[in-house]
Amino acid sequence: MADLTDLGVAAIRDGVRSGAFSAVEVADAFIVKVAKAKPLNAFLVETPDAALAAARAADTARAAGETLKPLAGVPIGMKDLFCTKGVATTAASHILEGFVPTYESTVSQNLWDAGAGMLGKLNMDQFAMGSSNETSAFGNVISPWRRPGSDAPLAPGGSSGGSSSAVAAGLCPGATGTDTGGSIRQPAAFTGISGIKPTYGRCSRWGTIAFASSLDQAGPMARDVRDCAILLEAMAGFDAKDATSLRQDVPRWEAGLSGSLAGKRVGVPKEYRVDGMPEEIEALWQAGIDWLRDAGAEIVDVSLPHTKYALPAYYIIAPAEASSNLARYDGVRYGLRELPEGAGLQDMYAATRAAGFGPEVKRRIMIGTYVLSAGFYDAYYTQAQKVRTLIARDFERAWESCDVLLTPTAPSAAFALGEKSADPIAMYLNDVFTVPSSLAGLPAMSVPGGLDKQGLPLGLQIIGKPLDEQGVLNAGLAIEQRAGFTARPQTWW
Amino acid sequence: MTESSYRIQGATGEWEVVIGLEVHAQVTSNAKLFSGAATAFGAEPNTQVSLVDAAMPGMLPVPNMECIRQAVRTGMAIDAEINRWSRFDRKNYFYADLPQGYQISQLYHPLVGEGAIEISPDDKNPDATKTIGVERIHVEQDAGKLMHDQHPTRSYVDLNRSGVALMEIVSRPDMRSPAEAGAYLRKLRAILRYVGSCDGNMEEGSMRADVNVSVRKPGDDLGTRTETKNVNSVRFVMAAIEYEAKRQVELIEDGGRVVQETRLFNVESGTTRSMRSKEDAHDYRYFPDPDLLPLELDEAFLAACRASLPELPDAKRKRYEALGISAYQADVLTAEVEAARWFDALLEAGAKPVAAANWTTSELFGALNRGGHDIAQSPVSPAQAAELLALVADGTLSGSLAKQVFEVMLETGDAPAKIVEDRGLKQTSDTGAIEAVIAEVIAKNPNQLAQYRGGKETLFGFFVGQTMKAMGGKANPAVVNDLLKKALS
Amino acid sequence: MSVDTATVKKVAALARIAITDEDASRLAPELSNILGWIEQLEGVDTAGVAPMTAVIPNQLRLRDDVVDADPLTGGGIRDSLMANAPQAEHGFFTVPKVIE
Ligand SMILES: [Mg+2]
Ligand SMILES: [Zn+2]
Repeated sequence: MADLTDLGVAAIRDGVRSGAFSAVEVADAFIVKVAKAKPLNAFLVETPDAALAAARAADTARAAGETLKPLAGVPIGMKDLFCTKGVATTAASHILEGFVPTYESTVSQNLWDAGAGMLGKLNMDQFAMGSSNETSAFGNVISPWRRPGSDAPLAPGGSSGGSSSAVAAGLCPGATGTDTGGSIRQPAAFTGISGIKPTYGRCSRWGTIAFASSLDQAGPMARDVRDCAILLEAMAGFDAKDATSLRQDVPRWEAGLSGSLAGKRVGVPKEYRVDGMPEEIEALWQAGIDWLRDAGAEIVDVSLPHTKYALPAYYIIAPAEASSNLARYDGVRYGLRELPEGAGLQDMYAATRAAGFGPEVKRRIMIGTYVLSAGFYDAYYTQAQKVRTLIARDFERAWESCDVLLTPTAPSAAFALGEKSADPIAMYLNDVFTVPSSLAGLPAMSVPGGLDKQGLPLGLQIIGKPLDEQGVLNAGLAIEQRAGFTARPQTWW
Repeated sequence: MTESSYRIQGATGEWEVVIGLEVHAQVTSNAKLFSGAATAFGAEPNTQVSLVDAAMPGMLPVPNMECIRQAVRTGMAIDAEINRWSRFDRKNYFYADLPQGYQISQLYHPLVGEGAIEISPDDKNPDATKTIGVERIHVEQDAGKLMHDQHPTRSYVDLNRSGVALMEIVSRPDMRSPAEAGAYLRKLRAILRYVGSCDGNMEEGSMRADVNVSVRKPGDDLGTRTETKNVNSVRFVMAAIEYEAKRQVELIEDGGRVVQETRLFNVESGTTRSMRSKEDAHDYRYFPDPDLLPLELDEAFLAACRASLPELPDAKRKRYEALGISAYQADVLTAEVEAARWFDALLEAGAKPVAAANWTTSELFGALNRGGHDIAQSPVSPAQAAELLALVADGTLSGSLAKQVFEVMLETGDAPAKIVEDRGLKQTSDTGAIEAVIAEVIAKNPNQLAQYRGGKETLFGFFVGQTMKAMGGKANPAVVNDLLKKALS
Repeated sequence: MSVDTATVKKVAALARIAITDEDASRLAPELSNILGWIEQLEGVDTAGVAPMTAVIPNQLRLRDDVVDADPLTGGGIRDSLMANAPQAEHGFFTVPKVIE
């Protein structure tokens, strides 16, 4: 039998349904692969029993002649931002070390209800704050990709770096990610996989550890567009426990997939042509334009004039929300407690949070605290939310002349670990292309387009209208069908 | 409009006291403002706490419609502006009773805007009113409870109250005396209880006041105020104001300065002191709660709120006065919603308003007071009382017989007609029987008769008394009067 | 905006993060740098622009007033609620004694 771990979500689902192989065989194969991949540090917790239990349930159901659930037999990785009942959940932060939720996040519950099994909890940037997975309290995640002739460890992107690394290395056919300013799309681009952030409100945020509430969205990361569609269908859906959840039926995205873009207009925003963008990215972008034209789309130039303000606005709004969202980590009800000799309550808070949060988390809490503090609120926060309105308006205008937008996902290919960690702003600039659509709550995805000169993957981003995940997926599929991206990292671990 | 003449006499002259109250009223609801946990008072610690209330990772708030509805109805009851667009903000600070590290409240866009409450600071003169402005009512979460006396080195945290819905009702600094503040609180409490948006139970903490006090020389600008937190009875609020005003006057006259600060009222000593624990909590970093969208209310919702409002105390009092009931009695009858509802039922059962008001305020309230009952536990129902009053009105019972019957009603819960029947308490107007008794009384008291006939007319009452006594209190007093006059002349 | 170490300490205190003098000296230029960068927003003309309240048109839903309607957001779960508590006794979370 071929290596089952070479298969994606759709192939596994179909193979289990047809009886080509059993779900337990699939689970076993991935469990072994996960166990061997310690050097990638992609998993914080391995849960082979959970994966096997779901697999057995799928096999039993099939043996009984029952209709199989949509994801029966499919094992996946779960980003450690999702609370999982009975399984340690830390958001890759020391402050939640040892925390075992007594409840299950809506998104993960939806996946289990669809028959998926959990291979484990995936490492990530601490509290989803980072673009390289270097802020985890439990060590960097290493990308399975390497530059030719070099064993310098590369960043898998972030914050969903455990997810991207695991999927790219074939440790799981798909994984969950979360995206606040690009945390699904940028790591997907860095590792040559696909990932989609749906419209804000499609996936419930209940039980997902919050970073920035008005931006956070869960989404899938997988090997191709179809697999993303399948996973997103299971993850999404209205949830009465989340006041920002959209009361919308989940479309049958997989069934609606079509790589033909006849009659569609694809906008190319000129403001994304930033100074110092590597030629290869320019070239890939042009290739993407050609592919979509080939798929039948009309290409139009559009302008999103406030693009350059998106990143600074984001670095006000997201830290402000985070500074408040992370106030609950105080050592009283769960997680770390640091109680120096003779400390009072407020000293305990300060000591606990100093010991529990990593440097990037502290930095963002400090920025968020500062911009909300007396006398600065309007100048920073209110102004940023006004700019956000302008950014959203830019997109609305663009939709008058196009159906989706095509841009690069990130301004560079994967960089080496340590290369940018000394300069926060250089790191923040990684999200320059992904942040604007996050601020506007729009669906957006990254699909691999090709390799750079060093043989590292580059991604293309498609941004869609509110609720038009189908349009985004279809444009992604059109690129996928033409890009012929088959590169896989060599196993070195 | 009355002007308060309340002044603090200082060494340098008279000082005026300026008072504003922020009242936290617990909204009557089954479940909490943002979670499904129960709100009932007195449960075992941490048993009415959801994952949301304990701010577990990933938890999110979803607002309870009933809490919004009750706050809107309260706003309508004080003729306030209802904002169809409001928003929840986070007030950020760290404290062990605040699991989220922020309180979800409303700062920038409260649900209810400007309104007013009319108070009568002098209960002997309810028509002398003063209008106190209400700046706003907003909806927010209550905090949990800390207990400091259970352990030598630890405080205990009970989150049962955490997330219970509160209305914060913020007055204008329009009050000038402890009496006005007391009247405002009583009136506000009455309105809340009429509306049903808060049970007004101050002992259980359903209503607490933050008392803002400053002093100034009459005519001067506002002085610096202090805020005494969480005072939980009308009496304590008045005491806190008195203490705080005197303290501030003495402080200023001694050359000191009032610091704007949060203070705590000590129930035992009747004094206030600075609250250390809140010292550095000045920068709350308010911003819109990103977990919640703006709250938008449509016309249908508002119309339903308006339609559900009961008759409110002022309107009821005016209606009673129009029925001929005295202003004082009307005020007494409308002060408590249960009493007013009871009285309304009495009127509906056919009792004549003036007689009913007299009887209710004297006989019924007196009996309830003696028995330590409140009206909800009244052993006598409005229908029974109406029956009793009808027996008086048609001459079956005299006033004193009615009292006797009422006593029996209180004891047995029996219907008045049955009591009259069983115990033979019916008043008699049988002139033959009365004349026979009068003849006996006159025969037994020759001296008094002589004195009376000699001009000592005050002895008439003596003969009435003797006759009534001999009749066992059952003689119709008017008939007795008539017949005695004839017999004695 | 240039942030000095005193400001850094003030902000850290507000955020309840203990920092050393060294931390503060390191963070001051770092935060100044970031704040300087985000201040480019000052230049954006936002006159007459309403701050964003909801990125996707959506209405705030209100729940019915029902206790424990959904067990996931209801009460009566003390054991699971306190399962992760660093310190608890007699059904209470406990903290160092607070003097009010
Ligand atoms: Mg207050
Ligand atoms: Zn309040």
